[in-house]
Parts: sequence; structure tokens; C-alpha cells
Amino acid sequence: MQSLDAVSSKIIDAIGAADSLDALEAIRIDALGKKGRVSLMMRDLGGMDAEARKQAGQALNKVKDEIAAAIDAKQTLLASAALDARLSAERLDVSLPSRPDIDARLHPLSRTIEEVIAIFAEMGFQVAEGPDIESDYYNFTALNIPPEHPARQEHDTFYLPADAEGKRKVLRTHTSPVQIRTMEANEPPIRIIVPGRTYRSDHDATHSPMFHQCEGLVIGDGIHMGHLKGCLIDFCRAFFGVDDLPVRFRPSYFPFTEPSAEVDIGCTRDNGALKIGASDDWLEILGSGMVNPRVLENCGYDPEKYQGFAFGMGIERIAMLKYGIPDLRTFYDSDLRWMRHYGFLPFDAPSIHAGLAGGAV
Amino acid sequence: MKFTRDWLFSHLETDRPLADILDVLPMLGLEVESVVDRAVALAPFVIAELISAEQHPNADKLRVCMVNIGAGDPIQVVCGAPNARAGMKGVFAPVGAYVPGIDLKLKTGEIRGELSNGMLCSEREMQLSDEHDGIIDLAADAPVGASFAAYAGLDDPIVEVAITPNRADCLGVRGVARDLAAAGYGQLKLIDTSPLEGSFDSPISWDLNLAADEAHLCPLVSGRAFTGLKNGSSPAWMANRLTAIGQRPISALVDITNYVMVDLGRPLHAYDIDKIDGGKLIIGRANPGQTMTALNEKTYDLDEDMLVIGDANGPDDLAGIMGGERSGVSDATDKMFLEIAIFDQIAVATTGRKLNIHSDARFRFERGLDVTSPEWASGYVARLVMDICGGQASHMVIAGDGADWTREIFLASDKVERLTGMIVPKARQTEILENLGFTIREDAAGLQVSPPPWRGDIDGAADLVEEISRIYGFNHLPMVHLPREHVVAQPAVNAAQARPLRLRRAMAERGLTEAVTFSFLAEKEAVMFGGGDASLRLVNPISADLSIMRPSALPNLLSAAARNQDRGEADISMFEVGPVFLGDEPDQQRTAVAAIRHGAMAPREWHGSRRPVDVFDAKADAEAALAVLGVRRGSLQIESGGPDYFHPGRCGRLLQGRSLLAQFGELHPQVASHFGLRNALVGFELFLEDLPLAKSRGPARSYLKMSPFQPVSRDFAFILDDDVPASQLLRAVKSAAGQLVTDIQLFDVYQGKNIGDGQKSLAVTITLTPQKATLSEAEIEAISDAVIAAAGKNCGAVLRG
Repeated sequence: MQSLDAVSSKIIDAIGAADSLDALEAIRIDALGKKGRVSLMMRDLGGMDAEARKQAGQALNKVKDEIAAAIDAKQTLLASAALDARLSAERLDVSLPSRPDIDARLHPLSRTIEEVIAIFAEMGFQVAEGPDIESDYYNFTALNIPPEHPARQEHDTFYLPADAEGKRKVLRTHTSPVQIRTMEANEPPIRIIVPGRTYRSDHDATHSPMFHQCEGLVIGDGIHMGHLKGCLIDFCRAFFGVDDLPVRFRPSYFPFTEPSAEVDIGCTRDNGALKIGASDDWLEILGSGMVNPRVLENCGYDPEKYQGFAFGMGIERIAMLKYGIPDLRTFYDSDLRWMRHYGFLPFDAPSIHAGLAGGAV
Repeated sequence: MKFTRDWLFSHLETDRPLADILDVLPMLGLEVESVVDRAVALAPFVIAELISAEQHPNADKLRVCMVNIGAGDPIQVVCGAPNARAGMKGVFAPVGAYVPGIDLKLKTGEIRGELSNGMLCSEREMQLSDEHDGIIDLAADAPVGASFAAYAGLDDPIVEVAITPNRADCLGVRGVARDLAAAGYGQLKLIDTSPLEGSFDSPISWDLNLAADEAHLCPLVSGRAFTGLKNGSSPAWMANRLTAIGQRPISALVDITNYVMVDLGRPLHAYDIDKIDGGKLIIGRANPGQTMTALNEKTYDLDEDMLVIGDANGPDDLAGIMGGERSGVSDATDKMFLEIAIFDQIAVATTGRKLNIHSDARFRFERGLDVTSPEWASGYVARLVMDICGGQASHMVIAGDGADWTREIFLASDKVERLTGMIVPKARQTEILENLGFTIREDAAGLQVSPPPWRGDIDGAADLVEEISRIYGFNHLPMVHLPREHVVAQPAVNAAQARPLRLRRAMAERGLTEAVTFSFLAEKEAVMFGGGDASLRLVNPISADLSIMRPSALPNLLSAAARNQDRGEADISMFEVGPVFLGDEPDQQRTAVAAIRHGAMAPREWHGSRRPVDVFDAKADAEAALAVLGVRRGSLQIESGGPDYFHPGRCGRLLQGRSLLAQFGELHPQVASHFGLRNALVGFELFLEDLPLAKSRGPARSYLKMSPFQPVSRDFAFILDDDVPASQLLRAVKSAAGQLVTDIQLFDVYQGKNIGDGQKSLAVTITLTPQKATLSEAEIEAISDAVIAAAGKNCGAVLRG
């Protein structure tokens, strides 16, 4: 048995000294393989008598188990070291930049229009639309602006060529023609807003030949100017996110409303910076009024039976005020630097429940 | 309209300060555009007397002056003005004063060794005029030490209000005063509008040469002759007020007409009697071919639609717009004929627009005057003329029957409340209207209201409600929330209107930035993109670059890309959702969705994702847009070819059945170069109207049946002729593979060595998902054989060996 112990300890020592999985495998084969030393000794047991064979067998099995356990243990150790070595070799400089992300923005105009729609949706309005190329009738005459009316001069209208009958179409100067189109096609009650492109032949720092307006029209039973006031105050406060925003109604004139009012919101001007809210000063943002009975008549409504209000606002203007955009002309320039700064991320949809202010930029 | 404080107060008896007036004007509908108080900037400037003006010892052109400013010791000032002399009175700015004309705050200084403690000023230095030949030389009786601004009448603040087109009555200072009085801000002062008899017969008479049915073109005109006039300078108060509102004083007679126009909103026209030929002024339509030189020294071609006034020599006054040069008054005029007329608003507007003349008179005539004014203003103006220029006035000559301006409008008792929600007591309603000049007859149901002749804008009960509510105050309007028709709000957009909202998000998610570009463009570019129809060409474009309605959103996107390229942006991906125009009818307007990509798909970066954009990026954008619109890729047919702004070999159309849904491609190199775009350039466009809305089947999805069996894949590499489109092969493979196919991918395209010229290899993988039982080798084999057979039959493809 001396020699067994010696063999065993020699093998165990070798296992301990093995420095790779390959070396360990060689030791295993040398010891426990078919022709390994321990296996050969097992084979020798055949020549012994029963008692001796039993004893020697037990001893041998023990040694065999010990060697196998040692190999297993060593194998785990070596595998772990090998993995460590591989992982170490696989190290990357994670400070390197990641793959570039897609970064595209939605325009502040479409964003603002969606905010306006979200607010008026809460108040039961629906979006209506009309063509950009309008007849003179819808753009002016039906709105109580007959030919040669002084109000026409204030519109700086773009004209298209006259047709065979001498009638010339115009690029709509406001979204108001859709009031007429809507009333012609529908019976009251009506609650619509009309966001869209409008055109005036004027181009300077504060005017663009194309811009956007949003018209509103409410016709119904007993709708009076107090509703106009409530509706527009509710809108302004929700849009600018200022609960106590001062809102002022000032008499004005539009041929298609009577009485007419301009709407001002409170603001402060501090070193050129404009802050919406406090009321040191006023800022005009909307035109409005009770629909002129002549307009109702033009649409086939009985003005004694129906009345309502209309309003119109410049989308660029309210967007500039809300989002601090200083220059009107930049809206149409598609400058990618401007879009990255003033644009909105596509997932950031405005809604009443999640908020209208715009989130990440 | 501009006026000064004192001018306003000449019509309004009030103890209110100007600040109160300025606060209330906008609340009456008279928006204050600006207030300029010239006295604020001139506050430190006082009237001074030069006690002495000695030659400067060290400078030829300078004088050393001792100046008395009415208090304290005389002050030494060095002055370079050639007119500085002892005994003269001038304007002095002390040390510490800001002198606007030289933008300098004065400090004690030494000029060539002599102390100078202030400045004697020229008009330019005070920004009163461009006059700078010398210092201001005031009259000998100017009070030393007094404020120069007050002395010169410059302490009268100038107010500018915006007058809305309906308020013609407020184009005169008196109208503004009347509104203020009605609002409780004072009493409207009386003016003397009594008739003036006159002392002789006018040598000039009217000849109204209008057909009976055209009497409305000039319903009333009065005139009066004046003799023995002295046409010098107008009095200082009048000249100062005119100067304040930006009108240069010319002569007393001209100034009077200008003054009355602003004061009463009543344009006048003055003729020099000596220059009127034939003793008659004829009012009528011009004859075609006639010409006339107006006071602005421009000559106009007249036509028969234009109303003119003339004498035996022909027309010399564009009625209501501008007088003629030939018969107008001059400094030498001593006999004047003064016209006070009413002309048809539309006739004046039409002629003014045709001749492109914008005058203060036209502005007032086309908004409507007090139709009774030719009578009542005649005496008032005659007295003013004689007060200033002396002389005698003739009897008034008048023509026309007058316009019928009287009308009664019924204002029901509940009308104000019904329209505004505001409760205004009946007595208060009556009071407001009477203060505005309306006359009231009260009956049981409400008020019968007659508007005054200067309120031609009032034509219904709603106008009366406006008058009452604006004077009563819009601040009394109740705030009433709109009643909710639904507890939970309904959608504000319909299915069609929701599509652009979703599309915008989808496009931006793909890396396309949203652009909003103009609806018009240059004609050349319209033609390049299939437009250019004459019916869409603007008659009055802002510029040639914005002269015609766009047939496509692509060209403006390309222009936008070029602008970005010029700013150093290399890679540009943008889209727009907006209108395009196939014609000028409403049903010829389309909503385009268009996108362009220029340059590369990623920035230069170390992972290597950068590659030039290509036609398949545009195709993917188009397919993504169609997917948002409910068109699945699998249901699309693809045709190569497209409009000629694309590369003829690198563009295609996406169709469903026979309907064209979208076009995509690489932009033609000539198009790219027209826009100056230098790198790879692709784009797509579709019109939403080409995609009918899918019928809504409700929100519920169809039942999903999932197979419990594992899918299997088979790969095929086919060799086929180069000109057979890949889509044809994929269609053949798909139909042959039968119902078990759940996916087909074309995963390799090869041309070159090992395959013949004019041939290509396309590798396709199909995925079969069994539904009833795992597929046997034999079943798979049968499907494979069918696929190979179909590819051979339909596309001439053979399996690659």
C-alpha cells in the first residue's frame, strides 16, 4: 500500500501544480484514463485473493475518488482563471461614443397647433378645414367685407389671375372663410376651430407672406359674449399654463363680428425679456366678437334665432410668446440649428392629461 | 390718427389728466399706438440771453459768451455758431443736460483754454429739425429763464390712436372727444356751426353733371367764395399742432384745410378763384383720355368711372382724393372758393385704388363722412378763414338733394343682455346712446334709435349693442365657461385629420426633421416639378421666388436643404406635411407628405454606420408613411420609373391595385445641381387624398391563432436575368410557397464572376410555419420544388448550382 500512497500523493501534487486545463487533462488521463496508473492498478486487483482484493480495492477506490475530486476542484479553479483572463483581454474602452441616435424634431408650429387643438377639444370643439385658394366671396363678401370696403385694404391680399368672368381668386387672408363654409354645410350647434395657412403680401421683420391662424366659431342657443370671454380666458390660461393670467377684452372692429373685441394678456417687460403673467403691461393676442348678423344671414341662418361668437389668433404669435422664439421669419427657414433648439421630440405629444408645456428638449 | 393733448382738450372740457385719457381710450376701441412728450427730452433747455459774445483768444471761429439764464450768475459758454452775438436770445442747455442731437451729456469743459459750462443749441442739436446753420435765434421778447419747450409750444404731448375702419367719425379730433365725453371723461365743448349769411353772391357756382340714377355719387356739395384774403403764415397754435402731427405748415389757407380735416374729420378743397375758368365747377364723370396733374405733381390718366370736378378747361380735382395743381391755392391767392362735398365712398375707393393715390382725404371719404357736413361746416369754416386771413365770405352755394341718412333701428329691451350677457339698465343704455349723438324714442318693447349723421357705420341692433357695451365697459362682461356638451370630451379631429398628426410623429421618429416651407415658389421650380399652370400664378407676388403655387413640397424642401448646406450642414433629412396645388379649385388642393435626405445616414463616427443615402432610404420612408396610413408593405406593388425630376433608373412608384400611392427616387442630377446640392440626394412624396380612409372596423383586432409548431426555414439562391425585377421573383416564390409561408426575405444580391453577363443571383429565405402538425421532410421538399418551379416558370430563374 506504500506505493499506492506514494502514487496518490505524487498525482495530487501534480494536480496542484497543473497550470492549465490542458495540463490537468493530461494528468487526468495519466491517472484515471483507460491506461492510467490508477486504472492499471485496478486491473492488477484481479490477481489477488478475495480478502486482499477487497481491501486493496477499497483503498484504490478511495484514492481514485480523491484524485477525481482534486481534478474537479482544480478544473473549476482553472476555468475561472481562464474566464477571468478572457474577460480581462476582452476589455473595451466604454468611454468611446455609442452609436449615434436619430435626432429629429417636430416644428413648433405643428406642435402649437396640436396644443391649441387639445385645449379646444376639451371645450367640445372640432377641427374644420378649408382651401388655401379661396373665392373672393368666401374670403371677403360673405364675411361682410364687400368690394371696396376699407377693411380690404388692411388685408394685403394675394390675387390669382381673373377667370373668364373676371372673377379672381385670392390666397385666403385669414381662416375666417371656413366659418362660412362650415355654416353653409351644417346646422347649429357649431363649435369649430380652424388651424391653417394664411397669406398676405407683406414681408418684413414682423410679417411673413405666409403665416398660420386658428379661427374659432361657436353658434348655439343663448351663446353670448360672456361665453366668448369665458372660452378665451379658459384657453389663454390653459395654453400659457398660468392659472391667474390676466386677460383683457378691448372693443375693436372686424366686419364679420359685432360687437368685436381684441383680447390682451398680461405681461411684464423687463430689460427686453417678456414674461407672460403679471399685468404691468398688455399684449394683444386675439381678435374676437359676436358673429355679425349679416354673416349669419349670408349663411342662411336666422340671426333672430341663432347667435354665437368667433375668434382668430396667430399661431406664430402665440408660439413665439409661449416658447420665447424671437423672430417670426425663422419659422419658415427650416434652419436645422433652429429646429434642434426650438423643435420638439416626436414622442413628446401634447395632451391635457400629460401636459401642454413640452418636456425634454 | 395723431393729435395733441391741447388739441383734444380744445374739444373736451375735462379735469382729467392725459394719463387717465390714455388709459380709457383703448377701452373705448381707440387703440393708443404711441404717446410722445417732446417736453420730457427738452426739460433742461431754457431760454437764455447772450450778455456778451467775445472773440475766443485762441480760436478764430469760436466766441466766449456770457449767458443770462434768468437766475444766478451769468454763465460762460464757448460757442462756435456764426450767429452768436451779444443781445440775442437763444436756447441754453446747462451742464448735466442730455443733448439728443449730438447724443451727449454735457460736462464742464475747457475749450482751447476757456471754460465752457453748457451749450447754446441749434435746432438740429435738439432734434427739432435739420437746421444747423447757427444757434436758435429767438424773438427779442422771449422770456429769459423760461422753459424753451413751453415757449415753443412743444410741451403738448402727441398722441397717436389707431382708428378702426368703422369709426370714420374718429378720424377727427372732435369725434375722439365725443367718445370720451360719452364715457364720462368730460364735456364735449360746443362749436359754432350756425349758418353764415355772407355778404355777396359767389362768382362760382356748382354744376352737378350726374344722371338721375347717379345722384348718390355726389349727394351734397357746398361752396363759398372768399375775397380780400391775406394768405400768410397760419397762426402759431395751428402751425404748432400741424407740425406736431407731422404736417408741414404751408400757408394759412392750405393749413386751414389740413387742420379742419384732422380737427373735424372733414376734408375741404380750396380753389383759387382766379384760376377757375368759366365761373362754374362741374362735378361729373371724367371722359376717357382726359388727364389731370394733381397736387402731388403727378399726372393721371382718367377714365369714365372716375368722379372729377373741373371747369371750362377740364377736370382739376379727383373728387375726394386729391385736388389739381392748376386751380389750387398758392401763397398769392386772395380770392378762394372752398368746397365741402360728399362723394360716394365706393367711387372714391375705386378711383383711389386705380390711381394708387393714398391721401388723407381719400382715407376719410372712403370710410364715410357726416353727410350733412357740407351745410353745417360751411359757417364754421368760413369764420375760421376770416379769423385768420380776414376778407369777406360770399353766400353759400349748394348743390344736391342730400343723402337720406335718417333711419330708426329697434333695440329690444333684452337685446344687450341677450348678446353680451351684460345687464345694462335701460336708462343707462339711453344715456350712452344720447351722449354719442343718437336720438331715442322709447316704446314698451325697447328703444327706437336714430343714429346721428356721422355714424354711417351703425346699421343694426348689434351695432347699438356694441356702442352701449363699449362705453359701459367690456370689463362688465360676465365670464361664463362654455357649457360642456359631453362629460368626456369627444375627439376634435376626424380620422382624416388624425393622419397628418400621426404621420409627423412617424416621420420624425425616422430621423426626418419637420420643415414648414412656403406654399409658393419660383416658376422655374414649379415647372421642374410638374406645375406652372397659369391659373396658379400670383398676380402680385412678393418676389419672383415666391410667385406661383407649388405643385409639390419637394422643391421647397430642396431649397431649405441648400440653405442648410450653405450653413455647413452636410447631412440633411427633412419632411413636410403641407398643401400643394394641382389647380385653383378647392378640390385640386392636396395635402402632400414629402421628405428628402441629403448626404449620409449617420455622422462620421467610429462604429462605421455612416453611408451615403440611397434610393432605398427614400423607399423606406415612403413605405413607413404608407404603413402609418394603414397600407401594409405586403399589399403594395412596386413599379420602377417616375417623374423626370428623379434619376430615370433610380426611382419607383408604390401602387395598390391601379392607384398610385407614392413616388420615390434619387433626385435627377440636374435637379440637384439646380438647387446646388452636392451630395447623394433622395426623396419621396405622396398625397394624402390618394389614400382613401380605410373603413373603420372598430378598435378590436381579429382573433390571433398561434401555431404550437416550430417554424422551419429554407434558403434558395436563384440565377435569373438582370432585367427581371426582384419583386417579380418574390411574388412568384410567395404564391408558390402556399399558405404556410409566414416570412420571405431576400438576403443576398450578387452580380459578377461565376454568373453570366446580364444575370444576377438573388438569395431568398422562406419561413414556413406549420399549423396542424410538424412538417415532414417530404412536405418541405414538395414546397421547395413548387417554389423552384414557379421561379423558373415566372421569372426564368434557375437554382444556383
